[in-house]
Formats: sequence, structure tokens, C-alpha cells
Amino acid sequence: MDAKGRVHKYQDNVDTDVIIPARYLNTKDHAELASHCMEDIDPEFVKNVKPGDIIVAGENFGCGSSREHAPIAIKASGVSCVIATTFARIFYRNAINIGLPILECPEASKGIDDGDQVEVDFSKGEIRNVTKNETYTAAPFPEFIRGIINAGGLMASIKERK
Amino acid sequence: MGMTMTQKILAAHAGLESVKAGQLIMADLDMVLANDITGPVSIAEFDGAGFDGVFDKSKVSLVMDHFVPNKDIKSAEQCKACRTFAKRFDIDNFYDVGEMGIEHALLPEKGLVIPGDAVIGADSHTCTYGALGAFSTGVGSTDLAAGMATGQAWFKVPSAIKFNLTGKLGKCVSGKDVILHIIGMIGVDGALYKSMEFTGPGVASLSMDDRLCIANMAIEAGGKNGIFPVDDVTKEYVKSRTDREFTVYEADEDAEYDEVYEIDLSEIKPTVSFPHLPENTRTIDEVGDVAIDQVVIGSCTNGRLSDMAAAAEILKGRHIAKGVRGIVIPATQHIYKECIRLGYIDTFIDAGCIVSTPTCGPCLGGYMGILADGERCVSTTNRNFVGRMGHTGSEVYLASPAVAAASAVAGKIADPRSL
Repeated sequence: MDAKGRVHKYQDNVDTDVIIPARYLNTKDHAELASHCMEDIDPEFVKNVKPGDIIVAGENFGCGSSREHAPIAIKASGVSCVIATTFARIFYRNAINIGLPILECPEASKGIDDGDQVEVDFSKGEIRNVTKNETYTAAPFPEFIRGIINAGGLMASIKERK
Repeated sequence: MGMTMTQKILAAHAGLESVKAGQLIMADLDMVLANDITGPVSIAEFDGAGFDGVFDKSKVSLVMDHFVPNKDIKSAEQCKACRTFAKRFDIDNFYDVGEMGIEHALLPEKGLVIPGDAVIGADSHTCTYGALGAFSTGVGSTDLAAGMATGQAWFKVPSAIKFNLTGKLGKCVSGKDVILHIIGMIGVDGALYKSMEFTGPGVASLSMDDRLCIANMAIEAGGKNGIFPVDDVTKEYVKSRTDREFTVYEADEDAEYDEVYEIDLSEIKPTVSFPHLPENTRTIDEVGDVAIDQVVIGSCTNGRLSDMAAAAEILKGRHIAKGVRGIVIPATQHIYKECIRLGYIDTFIDAGCIVSTPTCGPCLGGYMGILADGERCVSTTNRNFVGRMGHTGSEVYLASPAVAAASAVAGKIADPRSL
């Protein structure tokens, strides 16, 4: 399994302002950003999150500001994967570019509850809900995007192409 | 099958005869943009990957606008990193305090984006330049770093929603009301991954400031870009600012759209987005009694000269209500000077408002107008998310400059047509 952890569940339209409020955008330090991750939607998140944990949300996750600080804060919190019904497009690009694994899967978003234990097999796009003994399958990434992910992010893939 | 206007621009920049929705392409860029928040992250990625030059120093813009004049030491360090980078690579379009404006007001004003361009910016409101008939979209800092290094970006070619505009806007109704109305209609993910193409006979009556405002908030409907056709209004705006030759792209007659909406501009009323999503719109006659503590008039959405004029028209000879803080922020130095020349600054100050140097500050809860728990603000900005402008218990109501000014006078959300 590529990711395994407890789920922090959120609803639709989680915006990047609540993921990392702009009052903390005066830094690009990953650990400092992580220390305020999800602060305006879930002040307990930072206390509760453990390495490997998984965020599951509804539609349009990461909408609003283009701030890459949002996926950086999530990744630096130790979150191993974000699963949502849909992602806002800039967040989607940013997550892939910085190497934060994301999966679009409406069934998983519907079936998984807060606190569930979930395992993800990225090569198969398979999401297993250990708590509920259910399995969901996410749509695979296009080959071009898999190339970026496999290279370790956008900058690494550009260097590879050169 | 025909192409949309956006698809034609993307095809041309990818060196392809044609493209279709869903296709992944690599496109050449005419301008890449970052600010003092997103720039430092880009610079770290750029340096980390070991690049030793930008693709074209005339096609990189760095605008210090979010937290300047610097609000604290950390912000000062971020600007310093941008300044050092700009000097190191002799970036032509580096705008610091004294020359800067809010990026999406500044670049069109300086003639740095023209019709037919393909532009990325590490700021979600980069979609603003679609008003000029350019393809323009927001990206993150890593995409921007790659863009600075290579002059290219990858895109998934978007499908489109067409908005056929007819009629003319009524009194005290502006582009802001049009886009809030549309977001209320299709929702904050109504255009997710898609182009919003505005067209039809109603476009001709919209000023460039109205178009810039409408395209600016395409992202608030989840859109990849918003775009307007190029007409005489566009040509006049661009030709007075740059000598660069531009290419006019038009959608094919048989272009396919996922959806087509008919919008009669004459039927649009002043519109307000209630907390905490831009889609929670109500027309002004439905707002009820909402007492307010603060009004902000400015931002990349509504800090342009016609926005200042609309606010000044309402505030002239009036005073804002006791207990309301009025904050007015012309978006660029040029607009600021025009406001002085036209007497607007006197009007604002006499009305009891303060006038600030250009900054994004209050819009994103950075500084210059942070809200306390329970406070309410009518703002001409673009987002009203939880905590956007300060405390998570505060509330932001999005509206046009005319509604914001009328609300400041009334001490509650008010219809400018009633004054």
C-alpha cells in the first residue's frame, strides 16, 4: 500500500484560505505553514494529524486562491493523500507539481467518514476503507500527468526533458 | 468541428492547426507573472532546479502588491527575495513600491498584455486579462517557476460555456453585478476546468473596466479563464498603451459549447454575495437589514478608475454613517493620481473615508482593514470565504463600488439607486 492512515473528512468547497489563511503567507517555510494547516476550518487538525493521515472531501477542494502554500501545508503536515469528488483546477495542478498525491473519486468521498482507516494503492487507483470493508476505484491520471508524478514533480520532469 | 476563442489561442501557442477539449498541450507563453506572496516560492523552485536564466526578461512580471509597503519583517524578506531575483536577471517588469499597482490592474494599464496573448500568473485572478481577448489563467508557484525558466506551460484544453450578452446595464449596475449574478446562477464550481466565453451584442456597451471585472471573477465560478471578443473598445484601450502588434482570434461559428446562457444586461439588478461563498447571491431588493462595520472599495476586481468614479458619485456631498470605517484603495499609482485630479480623493476624505496606497492588503485578510469577531464588511473584492478578511467569525458581503458606497452612507447594505 502506498498510503495508509486515518481520515480527516471535510465537505464541499474547502477553499485555500481555510487551508492556509493569508495571514501566514508572509513565509514559505514548510514547517511553519504546516503548523497552521486547516486552521480556519478545523483548529484541531494540527493537534490530531499523524504522519500518513488522509484528507477526504467533497466537490471543488482547494478552490479560491492559487497559493501553493496550501498543498505545501497539507504535505508538510504529513498527509499522505487527498481524496475528493473534484478538485479546483489550480489546486489540482499545484498538488501534482509539488508531489502531493491526490485522487478524484466521488464514491470514496461519499463512502468514507471522518476517522475511518483507509489504504490507497496508487498504481491501481484503489482506495480501501478498512473500517467499513469497502473498496473504491479512482480514475487514473493521463499518461502526461503520470510522467510528472513519476519524475517527482514538475521541476524534476522539466529537468528530465532537457 | 470548430474551436472556441480560447482553443484557437491555445492551438496557435502550441504550434498546432487545431486542438480539442481534453487534449493536453504544451503552449508558449507571452507573459508570466508573480507577486510578493507567490514569487518567493517560485524563486525557491527556480533556484532549487538549478536554472541560471529566465526565458525572456521582457516577458516576466514581478509585482510587489500583496503585503506592501511591507506589513512586517517576514513580508519585507519576501519582497527582498523578489527584488534580488529581479536584479539578478535584469527583469524588465519589476514593480516595487512607488511604481507598483495591484497586479491585474497594473499589467493591462501598462500595455503588458494584449489580445491573443497566452499568459500565466501565480495568482488566481490572472484570468482578468481575458477581458482583452487574451488567454490568461492562474497557476501555482511551481508552474510559474517552470514558465519563467522555459517560457512554456502545459494545459488541458478546456471546453467552454458561452454567455450571450444582450441589452445594456441600467443605472448603478456594473460589471460586478453581472459576474456576481452569473456566479449565483452557475455556482462556485459551475465552470470548473472550463472557459467562460462572454459574447453577444451586449458586449459593445461594456466598458473595459467592466470587462476586466467580469473576467477577473471567472475563477470564482471555478473557470480556467474568462474571455471577451476583441472589438473597438479593446483596440482603443490597447493601442493607447502599447505599439505591440496583436492577433485577433474569434470563435468559429460551429464551435461547441457545453452550455449557452442568455443574459439580458438590462435585467441585472445590483447584486450582493452573502457569506461565505460568492455563489450566495441576492439582488439588492432581497438583502434585508444587514448592519455593517466596514466598507472596502478597491482590489484587482474593483480598484479601477470607473470604480472610483462610481463610489465618488455616491459619496459626493454625503458622509458615511457613524460607526462605519470606509477604506478606499485606488489600484495603481496612475489611478490614484487621476482620483486626485478629478477630485475623488477629496470626496472620499470629506465623506469620512481613508484612502490608501495600492495594496491587496484587506482583500485577503493581510492587513489594512482586518475584521474582528462578529464584524461585517461590504467589500468590492472577490471572495467572502470564512476568515477571508480576518476573524473566522467575521462576515464579508461582496458588492459593486456603488453598492459599497451607498452601504457606507446608510450603515447597512443599501441600494445606490435609493440615494
